[in-house]
Amino acid sequence: MRFSDPQRLYSGGSPPIGGMGSLMQRLYLDGPLLGGLAAVCSLGLVVLYSAVSQNMDLWVQQLIRLFVALVAMVVVAQLPPDLLRRWTPWGYLAGLGLLILVLVRGEVSQGAQRWLDVGIRFQPSEVMKLAVPMMAAWYLHDRQLPPRFLDIIVIAVMIVVPTVLIAKQPDLGTALLIAMSGVLVVVLAGLSIRVMILLGLAAIPGAWALWQFMQEYQKQRVLTLLNPEADPLGAGYNIIQSKIAIGSGGLFGKGWTNGSQAQLEFLPERDTDFIFAVMGEELGLLGVLALLAMYLFVIGRGLYIAIQARDTFSRLIAGSISLTFFVYVFVNTAMVTGLVPVVGVPLPLVSFGGTSMVTLMSGFGILMSIHRHRKLLPH
Amino acid sequence: MGLFAPIKDHHSERRLFIARVILASVVSVLLLGIVIARLVQLQVVEHALYAEQSQGNRIRIEAVPPTRGLIFDRNGRVLAENLPAYQLELIPEQVTDLDDTLKRLATIGLISDEDIPRFNGLARSGPRFKPITLRFRLSDEEIANFAVQRPRFPGVDLQPRLVRHYPDGEVVAHAIGYVGALSTADLQRLDGAGYAGTSHTGKTGVEHYNENLLHGDVGFRQIVTNALGRAVPIETRDYAGSAPESESPTPGANLYLSLDLELQRAAYLALEGRRGAIVAIDPNNGEILALVSSPSFDPNSFATGMSSSEYVALQDNEDRPLFNRAVRGSYPPGSTIKPMLSLAALEVGATNLTRRLMCFGWYSLPGSSHRYRDWRPEGHGEVDLHDAISQSCDVYFYQISRDIGIDNMHHFLDQFGLGKGTGIDMAGESDGLVPSREWKRQAFRERADQVWFPGETIIASIGQGYMLVTPLQLANAVAALAARGARFRPHLVTAFEDGLTGRRTVIAPEPLPAVEIDDPFYWENVLNAMHAVMQSPTGTARAAGQGAPYQMAGKSGTAQVFTVAQEEEYDEAEIDERLRDHALFIAFAPLEAPRIAVAVIIENGSSGSRVAAPIARAIMDRHLGYTSDAL
Repeated sequence: MRFSDPQRLYSGGSPPIGGMGSLMQRLYLDGPLLGGLAAVCSLGLVVLYSAVSQNMDLWVQQLIRLFVALVAMVVVAQLPPDLLRRWTPWGYLAGLGLLILVLVRGEVSQGAQRWLDVGIRFQPSEVMKLAVPMMAAWYLHDRQLPPRFLDIIVIAVMIVVPTVLIAKQPDLGTALLIAMSGVLVVVLAGLSIRVMILLGLAAIPGAWALWQFMQEYQKQRVLTLLNPEADPLGAGYNIIQSKIAIGSGGLFGKGWTNGSQAQLEFLPERDTDFIFAVMGEELGLLGVLALLAMYLFVIGRGLYIAIQARDTFSRLIAGSISLTFFVYVFVNTAMVTGLVPVVGVPLPLVSFGGTSMVTLMSGFGILMSIHRHRKLLPH
Repeated sequence: MGLFAPIKDHHSERRLFIARVILASVVSVLLLGIVIARLVQLQVVEHALYAEQSQGNRIRIEAVPPTRGLIFDRNGRVLAENLPAYQLELIPEQVTDLDDTLKRLATIGLISDEDIPRFNGLARSGPRFKPITLRFRLSDEEIANFAVQRPRFPGVDLQPRLVRHYPDGEVVAHAIGYVGALSTADLQRLDGAGYAGTSHTGKTGVEHYNENLLHGDVGFRQIVTNALGRAVPIETRDYAGSAPESESPTPGANLYLSLDLELQRAAYLALEGRRGAIVAIDPNNGEILALVSSPSFDPNSFATGMSSSEYVALQDNEDRPLFNRAVRGSYPPGSTIKPMLSLAALEVGATNLTRRLMCFGWYSLPGSSHRYRDWRPEGHGEVDLHDAISQSCDVYFYQISRDIGIDNMHHFLDQFGLGKGTGIDMAGESDGLVPSREWKRQAFRERADQVWFPGETIIASIGQGYMLVTPLQLANAVAALAARGARFRPHLVTAFEDGLTGRRTVIAPEPLPAVEIDDPFYWENVLNAMHAVMQSPTGTARAAGQGAPYQMAGKSGTAQVFTVAQEEEYDEAEIDERLRDHALFIAFAPLEAPRIAVAVIIENGSSGSRVAAPIARAIMDRHLGYTSDAL
């Protein structure tokens, strides 16, 4: 029905495009962004095939997940930004409710309560990955920017409540990333540099407080990063093996499915958090740089869409989604190469796993919706 | 601004936003630059270091155990070999429910219930990927039985392996010994690196004494492993730049023994159902022709492993089948030492060949009422040395013992090799005991006990009292008698053959100092008396010697286990079987050019001449090539 919307048809100004282009336009999809994502996902599938030791069943599972995620992206892309904005508070509140529910009666998996079984098992924290930055953007949408002190306090509360709930599951890695996506909204909204520096300074006692809040295994991860060789077969094992894998890959790599570290099971979690090391070992520096370039293209396109966006909400949410995606990429690669502690962040769109991929692709669906619907917005 | 409600300024807002996006982009590119710099550091600058570490990660050196040397008898018949067999192994990490798996294995009879706790402990203590052996050797039926049910037992599998096998198990058990699973104690004794990969080691007998020869040298191969240390199949190995290197193990040397399997079998059959031992030696070189201890056991069960209850049953058996009577059993020699004492008496002048003494059936020391009895209550009448040996007159030896003296007895019996280890190439031999004044002074703490009493010399003259010898010592002493004083170290291994080159090394007989009695006249007379024991109308063992187509010499012995009171008679029928006298017999043949010397001991056999002598005769018949009807 919306296709026949006359407003849309006449205000476009762009000449009718035939074939693929027309289909993309009709589905509110962004060609360059979709192309970049397709490149990342394809390379990801190639690497994953090797990382799951050529296990076809697992690989097909991932392919199906990718397909589901693409469907989610296309569906979200159909929702105009205005609609998304109006739904935001309700989505945020529903997410909070689910988080409380998961703490009360969630399923315990690997020592943490993160899952909720509602027909399908899913993690409510995934909802919050999008709901928190959207909530912050929703709040700032009508307000004068740069945000005032009071606004910042309100947004801080919006961020801290779900963050604490998720950290209690305990899932500190996800909690910090969600907080980061909210903070990015405020930064993009024009938080003054002075305040940022002040907050940075305040982070020092904050880090101390965080240290007190950390579980023993999390403290161990930080300590391990500082000196992985202290416990080569225990906590330091992952990092040591990961560095060996990447380092031994060299410039050109050992060849696809020929990485001895990965194939002979020296590398732990090689199909999930440490898949970047598999790639470094088998495809070498050149392969890894190619992937990073694809990521950069996707992020760059996301930021371009943000700049092109016509209203505050769209702008902020598009910027936050793009930069959060960058944070995922950075944290994972820095973690696998031994630059930051092992926090359990998967390599986006490449690591084996379902829910996070749906969330990510829904995020890109929002970006596409923002870009394709921008002509409808009032000036 | 303060007067109005804040109005959104879209343009400045967008400019601010763009500025922030640029800032964020710069920060992002910087951060990504750090990651890329790190990648360059790892993959380009330090590449060589990590490449080496990755190589070391997956190449592991695995020991390849050598094949154990074979053991042959003097005619080349196999006594110990290595047979391919299937063993049952369990890999803990692949088993989902260990308790349940072990229980079900016990239900189908592959392991026994009482071993479950032991396997449980093994499976939980070692590395999870390292297989533990549940059974060393399965029968064909068990293999078939397990093969059918294998899908029900994930983590349990059959593994082919070489298992030590003794075709004539029980017959040769005490001579060859056996191999058993390598224990921690063994590894402390042996060279640990050389035994990497070896599962069994010689525990007793020839297998133990010649461990260094039999074992061989360990080889190694480099294998590609995964992080769990498990070797990976060949097809996934082509990550390697260079082919894994290896070195073949050197097989152990094959041993050739002096044992004659046929004679050994005959000796084993002769002792069947009895407790006792037989040792036969070639007097010309000290080669052991037969060495049997009865009852015996199946050494194969040590090589293949047995259940705890089977082992306990063997250990608790009151007939002690694991006890090697031939080299460890200590018995009073009884009258078997009379020929040796006669030679000593002649040498020291305690008697001569013509001196005749009266035997009334008992003897008392002057001034004492204690009667030392002869085995024949009515006495032997007037006897000379020849008669005293052939009829085994105790009183004659009681009388001359005072003139020989205990120290001379010790001096000469020691030269015959009694009361001390023979030095046979086999571990665990007992010393036995030939007493002397010096020995008694050192053996007892109380001053009153340290004095040597004249009565002790009397009973020592018929091989009783403190005196103890092993069957091997006795056979060795008979060999010295047969060889007219020439002596050799008794030995089993005559040659060995290098496992790789097949080069044969012969072990020459080792002569020992001869007995210091030079007069051939003494020797001939004493040996003639021993001949008379078996082949004269008055000899104690004339029944055993009857009808022999060759000339033989022997001496019976009957050793007291239980002291009969002064007023009582020894009545065989009334005494508990285990308190009856031990029956002993020593013999050699042919008289003039001896080829075999034998010692036979039957525990609680009552009479040396009646029970042990026919066995000795049968052994000699067999060795000299006659069919025997002595038994």
